[in-house]
Amino acid sequence: MPVITIDNQEYSVKEGDNLLQACLGLGLDLPYFCWHPDMGSIGACRQCAVVQYQNTEDYRAGSRGRIVMGCMTQVTDGAIFSLNGDKASEFRKTIVESLMLNHPHDCPVCAEGGECHLQDMTVMTGHRDRHYRGKKNTHRNQYLGPLIHHEMNRCITCYRCTRYYNNYAGGKDLAAMAAHDHVYFGRHQEGVLESEFAGNLVEVCPTGVFTDKSLVNDYSRKWDLQSAPSVCTHCAVGCNTLPGERYGKLKRVHNRYNDEVNGYFLCDRGRFGAKFVNSDKRINNPGLRDEHGRYNIIDPHQALHQLVEACQGDNNIAAIGSPRASVEANFLLKTLAGEQHYSPGFNAQEQSLAQLALSLQQHSAATIPSIKDIECADAIFILGEDLTHSAPRIALALRQSVRNKAYALAAELKLQPWQDAAVRNLAQDQRSPLFVAAVTDTRLDDIAEQCHHLAPDDIARLGYAVAEQISGKANASDEPANTIAQALLSAQRPLIIAGSSCGNAAIMQAAAAIADALALRKNENAGNSMLCLTLPEANSLGQAMLSPNEAPSIEALAERAYKIDTLIVLENDLFRRAPAAVVDKLLQSVTTLIVLDSLETPTLATSQLALPAASVAESEGTIVSLEGRAQRYFPVSECQGERRASWAWLLACLKELGHPEAANIHRFDDITLACSAAQPMLKGITLAAPDHFYRNAGVKIPRQPQRYSGRTAMRANVSVHEPKQTEDDETALAYTMEGLNRHQPGSLLPFVWSPGWNSNQSLHKFQTETGGPLKGGTAGKRLLDNRQNNNNQQKNSQQAVATTAPAAFQASAGQWLLVPRQRIFGSDELSSYSDNLAELLSDASIEINSADASLLQVKNGDGLSLGENLACLRVVINNTIPQGCAAYSVGIAGTFNLTLGQRVSLQKASDWQRPKQADVIASDGGAHV
Amino acid sequence: MMSSQIIPSLSAAELADIDAEISHAPYKAAVAIDALKIVQSYRGWVSDESLKAIAQHLEMSPAELDGIATFYNLIFRQPVGEQVILLCNSVTCWIKGYEQIREQISQHLGVGLGETTTDKAYTFLPVTCLGACDKAPVMMVGDELHEHIDRNDLTQIFRSREQAQ
Ligand code: SF4
Ligand code: SF4
Ligand code: FES
Ligand code: FES
Repeated sequence: MPVITIDNQEYSVKEGDNLLQACLGLGLDLPYFCWHPDMGSIGACRQCAVVQYQNTEDYRAGSRGRIVMGCMTQVTDGAIFSLNGDKASEFRKTIVESLMLNHPHDCPVCAEGGECHLQDMTVMTGHRDRHYRGKKNTHRNQYLGPLIHHEMNRCITCYRCTRYYNNYAGGKDLAAMAAHDHVYFGRHQEGVLESEFAGNLVEVCPTGVFTDKSLVNDYSRKWDLQSAPSVCTHCAVGCNTLPGERYGKLKRVHNRYNDEVNGYFLCDRGRFGAKFVNSDKRINNPGLRDEHGRYNIIDPHQALHQLVEACQGDNNIAAIGSPRASVEANFLLKTLAGEQHYSPGFNAQEQSLAQLALSLQQHSAATIPSIKDIECADAIFILGEDLTHSAPRIALALRQSVRNKAYALAAELKLQPWQDAAVRNLAQDQRSPLFVAAVTDTRLDDIAEQCHHLAPDDIARLGYAVAEQISGKANASDEPANTIAQALLSAQRPLIIAGSSCGNAAIMQAAAAIADALALRKNENAGNSMLCLTLPEANSLGQAMLSPNEAPSIEALAERAYKIDTLIVLENDLFRRAPAAVVDKLLQSVTTLIVLDSLETPTLATSQLALPAASVAESEGTIVSLEGRAQRYFPVSECQGERRASWAWLLACLKELGHPEAANIHRFDDITLACSAAQPMLKGITLAAPDHFYRNAGVKIPRQPQRYSGRTAMRANVSVHEPKQTEDDETALAYTMEGLNRHQPGSLLPFVWSPGWNSNQSLHKFQTETGGPLKGGTAGKRLLDNRQNNNNQQKNSQQAVATTAPAAFQASAGQWLLVPRQRIFGSDELSSYSDNLAELLSDASIEINSADASLLQVKNGDGLSLGENLACLRVVINNTIPQGCAAYSVGIAGTFNLTLGQRVSLQKASDWQRPKQADVIASDGGAHV
Repeated sequence: MMSSQIIPSLSAAELADIDAEISHAPYKAAVAIDALKIVQSYRGWVSDESLKAIAQHLEMSPAELDGIATFYNLIFRQPVGEQVILLCNSVTCWIKGYEQIREQISQHLGVGLGETTTDKAYTFLPVTCLGACDKAPVMMVGDELHEHIDRNDLTQIFRSREQAQ
């Protein structure tokens, strides 16, 4: 490790780091703007200047030394720097002054104020008096869509936004315009930002140019936000989030750093979709349907009484859990209904695919990668997924993976990876190979070496052909299998990604076959191959772990011939999962339907008893992400109205019933413990985060920053007496500002803040090193971790993988195979209830190629009727779709009768009219709870 | 679902000139500046429509191309007069009387810097050094460089131009 001297003090620092990184790592405050821990250095802002001296004599002689940029200077053994010397400090002060020339000084009305890196750096450099008396530039701001607010006058031209948006996230519609003192960061013309990751601009821009529009319109300062560590529930990736609450409303979601999962970035579904918790579709009170079919609000005791009564005696009970509810709530429901009568809440297809994903990953000789591992991949083959829409954060990670080629080239020249501009210049368009085999065009096609648009079974066939090439069993002239196989074989860390999107098991099996073949290859120096299988929902994998293969699916429950006295549905909208005919059949056999949910779903609207459940923002729970990481989320705020966490309703019911399993369960932690004891695969969930006993220096972790203000004023319209803060008996967090937000485990970090560092840039104070784990350790517990022991496994990997490829797809006359079109905004249930995203949702469509369209005599915008009144959808002609396939928008109202992989007839619907936008979003079902 | 239809706002001649440039370049986007200059030479400026058409032809996004177009002062993204007057305001010319000349031109044309005369004959712009400092003060009118300008010259220049029309 090189030893460097900074202001007369020696430090050993990490080889290859730049000085800025090194200083921040050492806890020294060196101001900066353009450097970003995940995007490296370009030396644009000149803010990180220090003075470097030639040698000790030079330093002692009081020579002038020379100004260098910390972020562009690699640490070398014996180097001597001055960080706090007059020359360096003076220089940095001048830089801030010059960057501020055109700044409007509008902090009081700026949504960045109080968490602004520019404010922090201005104070840190000591710059106070502005000398410029001239006219300032005034820019015109652009409309950038419903998510991002634009206020260009505040720009300091650090170029972080375009570097993030274009270089990092692959966006094409944001650019730096013009030159010298009127540089402008915006779009060519006003309009919605196209990138699915645009929301990160809010955190990347060090000033108030790009801010969260919904926060701007309903504002609270960071210091007034109450927050807690949370986990995104809008897909199976499990990004860590920091939701901020004030006045009982979720104000915004920020990224919560997890070095192995989401790093510094979220997708827009996660960031803005979480606002569903403010939806007016939330229910606040229990409701009981009277004989006229109307709901009457009842009090929680009555509601509990009703629930208990319905479960009592020899009532025939069945229960349906949910892959979007926590492990704990599902476990209690399963306990209540008994294993025989508990459905994990999947439809039959989802269930078999979730079980398949679990067993393939358990038995794979390949490594199950974290998102960080995915970023390290140097050859990638994606089968059947449009990841930007099905597991968005992974798509962003893959945009970094393909840059490994660039880093390899740079390493040959001894260029450090943080030399961003140099590395990009060097590599130009050279990328690590990424291959896509999908049923439609995908959002990653622009970085793919090859894209193959195939029917699902043909994707699986291509997968098997690649596997055979790898194990040397096939003819080398078989293309494109050979090219793909060669690329994977010559990689050090090949990655195979597939998932359940197509509803096709063979695709996942083929992917596992390739990963296994690679794992068993003879390449001594290479790392293991990686197999990533995506699932649709936040706790899909957890549900697969909780319930065995034979557990009844929704269809299976409907098929049961007997009468169900009481059916309890937990956080699940059955009408989204199975055709209406199936759900109706099921519900007809039910006497009393009880639904626990946070939203007024169509299923809830048909219930006799509706129980208001707390959302992810008001409750605690554990969910298991697609990589098998058990993660805990914590309530950000107290429950509003009569809402309770689902587990709390269920626990109260079990207690009332005197259920023996509940005898030792008194609180949330006990459920986690009981579940981990009952289900070996979930054993590790207790390690997802510390239990409620944890204390940091003797006290709980505060949810509110030290400067949290207006505790009395906030409710002065009700009473000027400030009530005692709510006690949180369930977790190690408290609803106070007293306590220590330092040194605790990473899973308990409720916000980042450090003296002098009010913005999210303070994160470095909590990290072991740039891009490294949090000082308190990485949040979450991997339940399927085979990363350490995979070498032993390698030898005896004999999977339950079907080894034969399915038959080639044959288009059949008059019948079309249904394939998926995933949409980041819309395909996920909960986020489509978010007001923020409402403008971005669109009605369901069906995509066919032009040959099929002319056969059916339809054009873009016409209506197509599917099967026997299954659905009627808007036609979109897309020539990437194989003939004989039709891609419909999954998860969007109007398509719930359809099943992936089903063959249906298509017919032009002549009098069809496109639904109005308002009709598109989930129906209200007529309930008023 | 990339649509491959070319926005009809590029003429055959423009396309031919751009394609000629492309034939010498490693990839299409490399001729971005030339393409902008070509279109400007035909139309006097580059409209949003033209910009989008060029971007599509070069397989770039409009934002990317606009970033380039707006970086250069002499790619006009707004309509300009028939002739563009570029008056140097850099050090040497400034010492040699730039300010008076600017005033005089303004008076003569009835427009300030950055503006176009109502008859669309002239657009009056400042420029930072034309590389002819030894002949300061200088300006360009259209493609023509005028050196050592003084008051009489100015009247002369505009008069002869106006007569020519
Ligand atoms: S808009 Fe923000 S991120 Fe972009 S250059 Fe300006 S200050 Fe930097
Ligand atoms: S939706 Fe998925 S990818 Fe997006 S932030 Fe949430 S967990 Fe991450
Ligand atoms: S952070 Fe080093 S120059 Fe901007
Ligand atoms: S200063 Fe006017 S031409 Fe150089």
